[in-house]
Amino acid sequence: MTTTDTVDTLQVLHTVLDTHAKLAVPAASLDLDADLHGAGMSSHASVNVMLALEDALGIEFPDELLNKETFSTTASIFAALQSLQAGE
Amino acid sequence: MNSELDHAPRVLDSLQVGCDVHSVANTTESIEIFGESYLNRVFSFRERAECVGHAVTERLTGRFAAKEAVLKAMRVPAGIAIPWPTIEVLADEVGAPVVHLSGAAADFASRAGIGRIEVSLSHDGGFALAFAVAVPTASLQERAA
Repeated sequence: MTTTDTVDTLQVLHTVLDTHAKLAVPAASLDLDADLHGAGMSSHASVNVMLALEDALGIEFPDELLNKETFSTTASIFAALQSLQAGE
Repeated sequence: MNSELDHAPRVLDSLQVGCDVHSVANTTESIEIFGESYLNRVFSFRERAECVGHAVTERLTGRFAAKEAVLKAMRVPAGIAIPWPTIEVLADEVGAPVVHLSGAAADFASRAGIGRIEVSLSHDGGFALAFAVAVPTASLQERAA
């Protein structure tokens, strides 16, 4: 994955979070390790975030990644996206 | 961070409760945006088969709230994946909600010493409320003896 790909993926993630996570503040203003659930994202909203990321990036989250830890921070979601895009 | 110890369930030695409230508007929004993708990722075939006819979205909203209440009652650690359809909320012969666990949810419940889960639902004002109680495999009386 190139640096450009990494930046693009993070931009997509921020856009999806802003659209579907129902956060109290813009996603890009949060620290990458900030607790998204503490920032207002419900479990149901995390389902929408997952589905929107699948649509935007042409990936599919496998069952083993569908846990609260994966969707706890921007960094944790980004790490999952990177592993999926790398085909791991 | 992802050690076996972090993901090991605490074995149930008393009743554990969980509750959740969920808005019909949020369910409606998800169905409008994601359609079948949303429905298939959250609800089982049997749940969808039961939620037909009148007030479909309200009934799905109640089931989502119940699934979340069940997860809270089970005290599932953040690193364990429990796909939503493995927690089914179905109706018994008189229409009362019953919880049926399968796959990852059933495996976790077994390891956590959860024998069964009781759930109750209510709807009003565009919201659904659910309350769940996880009951230990061995009765509390047996443990006390």
